[in-house]
Amino acid sequence: MSEIQVTINGKELTSKAGQNILELALANDIEIPNLCYDPRLRPSGSCRLCVVEVQGQAEPVAACTFQIQPGMVVQTQTEEIRAIRKTVLELLFYEHRGSCTTCDENGDCKLQRYAYEYQLSDDVFEPPAGEGRRENYTTGNEALEYDLGKCIRCGRCIQICEEVQADSALTFKSRAASVEVSTAFDMPLNDSTCELCGQCISSCPTGALYERAAKGKGQCKDLVRTRTTCPYCGVGCQIDLNVNPKASEIVRVTSEVGCIPNNGNLCVKGRFGMDFIASDKRLTEPLIKRNGKFEKATWDEAITFIAERLKRTRSQFGADSIAGLSSAKCTNEDNYVFQKFIRACIGTNNVDHCARLCHASTVAGLARAFGSGAMTNSIDELKNAACIFVIGSNTTEAHPVIGLYIKKAVMKNGAELVVADPRAIDLTRFARLYIAQKPGTDVALINAMMNVIINEELHDKAFIKERTEDFEKLETILKDFTPEKAEGITTIPADKIRAAARLYANAKTASIVYSMGITQHTTGTDNVLSLANLAMLTGNVGAESTGVNPLRGQNNVQGACDLGALPNVYPGYQSVEDSQIQANFESAWGGKLSGRKGLTVVEMMHAIEEGKVKALYVMGENPALSDPNLNRTRRALEKVDFLVVQDIFLSETAEYADVVLPSVCFAEKDGTFTNTERRVQRVRKAVAPPGQARSDWKIICEVATKMAYPMSYEGADKIMGEIASVTPIYGGISFDRIDSVGLQWPCLDKGHPGTRFLHEGTFKRGKGKFHAVEFIEADELPDEDYPFVLTTGRQLYQFHTGTMTRKSPAINQVSPTGYVEIHPDDARRLEISSGENVEVITRRGRVTTPARVTSKIEKGWLFMPFHFRESPANMLTNDALDPTAKIPEYKVCAAAVNKTKQPK
Amino acid sequence: MDFGKEGSLSIEPLDKILASVPNAGFGDLIPILQKIQAAYGYLPPSVLMAASSRTGITASRIYGVATFYEQFHLEPHGRHTIKCCRGTACHVRGGRNIIRAISRTLGVEESETTEDMRFTFETVACLGTCFLAPVMMVNNDYYGHMTSNKVKDILERYS
Ligand code: SF4
Ligand code: SF4
Ligand code: SF4
Ligand code: FES
Ligand code: FES
Repeated sequence: MSEIQVTINGKELTSKAGQNILELALANDIEIPNLCYDPRLRPSGSCRLCVVEVQGQAEPVAACTFQIQPGMVVQTQTEEIRAIRKTVLELLFYEHRGSCTTCDENGDCKLQRYAYEYQLSDDVFEPPAGEGRRENYTTGNEALEYDLGKCIRCGRCIQICEEVQADSALTFKSRAASVEVSTAFDMPLNDSTCELCGQCISSCPTGALYERAAKGKGQCKDLVRTRTTCPYCGVGCQIDLNVNPKASEIVRVTSEVGCIPNNGNLCVKGRFGMDFIASDKRLTEPLIKRNGKFEKATWDEAITFIAERLKRTRSQFGADSIAGLSSAKCTNEDNYVFQKFIRACIGTNNVDHCARLCHASTVAGLARAFGSGAMTNSIDELKNAACIFVIGSNTTEAHPVIGLYIKKAVMKNGAELVVADPRAIDLTRFARLYIAQKPGTDVALINAMMNVIINEELHDKAFIKERTEDFEKLETILKDFTPEKAEGITTIPADKIRAAARLYANAKTASIVYSMGITQHTTGTDNVLSLANLAMLTGNVGAESTGVNPLRGQNNVQGACDLGALPNVYPGYQSVEDSQIQANFESAWGGKLSGRKGLTVVEMMHAIEEGKVKALYVMGENPALSDPNLNRTRRALEKVDFLVVQDIFLSETAEYADVVLPSVCFAEKDGTFTNTERRVQRVRKAVAPPGQARSDWKIICEVATKMAYPMSYEGADKIMGEIASVTPIYGGISFDRIDSVGLQWPCLDKGHPGTRFLHEGTFKRGKGKFHAVEFIEADELPDEDYPFVLTTGRQLYQFHTGTMTRKSPAINQVSPTGYVEIHPDDARRLEISSGENVEVITRRGRVTTPARVTSKIEKGWLFMPFHFRESPANMLTNDALDPTAKIPEYKVCAAAVNKTKQPK
Repeated sequence: MDFGKEGSLSIEPLDKILASVPNAGFGDLIPILQKIQAAYGYLPPSVLMAASSRTGITASRIYGVATFYEQFHLEPHGRHTIKCCRGTACHVRGGRNIIRAISRTLGVEESETTEDMRFTFETVACLGTCFLAPVMMVNNDYYGHMTSNKVKDILERYS
């Protein structure tokens, strides 16, 4: 990019081409007041406050819309300019109710700051005539409130909703003095296209838009902000918890524009989903079950009890009769300590966590093809991809902020988006091509795409030759896998398969984005291998904006895997079956380790059934709602001799426990999470824990110590020190290095800058390996008794088993309960209408839930979100496993739907 | 959102209008709205929502434009529009009585439309012809130096 010399206030500055005066000034700490400018938006030039003098221009110009030109001479603070700004501000106050003393924004409001700086005269603060508070589009909304009297009509809320969020829920209404912000036809916000991201609040320069629940809880000037990482999805947005120090209460969540990876953007969960922290349902004391009832206990009692029982179990039945579930919600430090406890103190490799249920097939598949099972690129690179192929990921709902990057790639940079999903998800609005494969037929689709690519000679022969092996094996099985054949399997017209193949193969930079629609199948590993094949075939891996990107679900599922909360590997994916590695860890941890790989999540449950596992230690997971075939899982939890659950709430799983231990949540502890782009980021304590709750790692250390394996750390940073010493990919990570921005692994030593994208020049495993993947049908197919294909997934507003999100009034207002989606034709045939309760039945269970009739789903298919305990989709799902990764088939099973007898 | 009984309005006229503007975009919005208003007599929200989903122009934008221009009405509108001035000059010269007389004659209050859809009655802050006070306007015709007993006669000229 060419550089341009400019002078501002007599100072020589260097600018990048395409910058405007305001951007250049702000980048150089030159203050130009501005109200309608937000770097996330196209400059609108509507407020006229940023006027500056440019030599040679007759009139003052708006700095935010004036492009830098070579040799330009700018003055920002002449008397004339200041006088204009003062007039602009005074005009604004004729419309703005100057009530700073009672306004929540007090201290963070730009208008207020400038009013002071420009010393406006007192009479402009008279209340504007005739503007009482009226009803508006936010009346009754639990999430946000619009105050017309404080609105300066800058339009930022409208712009961000349209340009960044692409929801276009807002508009200016009317003209002249009666202009106000509203929704289409003034409909209540929740009935509009709004998805409650709260981005409009984040952009509003005044207190006109504010979180309703935060009103009156402390003015901005008194709030203390703690930067930390969002506890929901794997995007890992940086959030600032705004705490009222007097009440020690989190008042609102904000995010700083410019921060990595989310640039000040958040979704509904990150912004409005924090009520759970101060919930009165939090666990505050250890509980021990006696005669079927929980009784309060002291920490000492509880720890001693656990240690005794575990020791007894081990001496009676051996170490392998004990198993532990670690947690993708907990920090890296918690996970490291937990797996070390299970391995070094208990003496077994029976440790796993819910990654088994989401991306085990990614870890297995990508490791075989590339040598490393993580997102190959960074989130930020998506926006420059020429083609994005989204398959089996409802990105805007499950990873909303990554969804923003994809929308930006399409809307701003003209990327070609191809979406393959059984449901017409929101991203299809932006797609060049949308194809709906029948659930469970991904391999057929991808194989046919590759058949087209080879037949039309669109493959990258040089890449295949230099960087890969086993291409011939793939080529052989693709020969007769024509699009016509795939059409019969997937229901996608052959020509559309051809079009998808061409769009992907012809793009200069192409990124695949996938998630659980690919992984949660009995053929999950096959699906992943197929995507790896597709990328290598076209040379689309190992470069910027080009690669294979599995989006990880939980906030720290990446970290939990990295740190060895898996039954076959130590921290850093080092095999437990390698005796040299085992010896290294034995000396690092000072104890005898088992060389046998342990049990996976679902295998643990089955081993309990068979009487092989007698004790289960669960840290922060909720298998009683998240695992497939719940009736079977719950029977196992019932049966196991000894169950310890460490959690922040009395979850469905905790109800089965013998001992329940109260732990602290992310806002009450220090540590790190690793997001889906392999970025290790800080978690910081913002408020005090409730009652006697303790950090997960501290609790584990105490139990271990009681069991005669002493473990203790002064703080989370010390644990990270130990992690770095035994985990090569985290070798260079330390708290001081990631204080302001996280680092992406591999980060091998203290001087290593981290890694933006993987496999540049050479694959982790050397050569990329093609796999000949044959199409195999899903485990359970529809038949006469169960004629529908049921698929399950997430919804924007809720997270996982809902224990956290469902404590938020703002979220409950839009998403009160579960539902099943059904196509209008099927609904008509079964005489089912929207909102009516229906029964969904599979071979494993039955669930009653309201129907949602929608053509977003194809005929013959059903969809249910899995977050709701009153209608648990996982009562229905199939626990058949992928043979390699042992991931269960959540995404496909056969089901029937019936009208329920009772009146609705 | 529920638009009440309006939901049962026929979409056929809209479809005809849209068929005459292939690949309609934001730039075509004003002429489209004008045609809708000509066909339906006003801009029924349910029809605009349908227009939004058919054209992809967002409902919020359509609403913004529909409320920006005075020519558009989102509620059923009479064939003739009466504007009676309630500005200061007219007020001191008995404008209030004219307003009352119109109300009485038509049986509707300010900003309402007669049941036979003949008149919509509005009041405005100043018609800019204070020298004629008190003033009323029907469509584009000005009537100055009004008295209450002229009202009925004037209105009868509009059918
Ligand atoms: S909350 Fe988000 S989607 Fe809703 S109006 Fe504001 S910016 Fe738009
Ligand atoms: S609500 Fe805020 S962002 Fe929106 S127009 Fe008013 S002042 Fe600007
Ligand atoms: S996108 Fe994910 S990380 Fe960001 S605010 Fe939403 S839930 Fe949190
Ligand atoms: S900031 Fe430039 S015109 Fe508003
Ligand atoms: S006050 Fe009535 S026309 Fe001006």
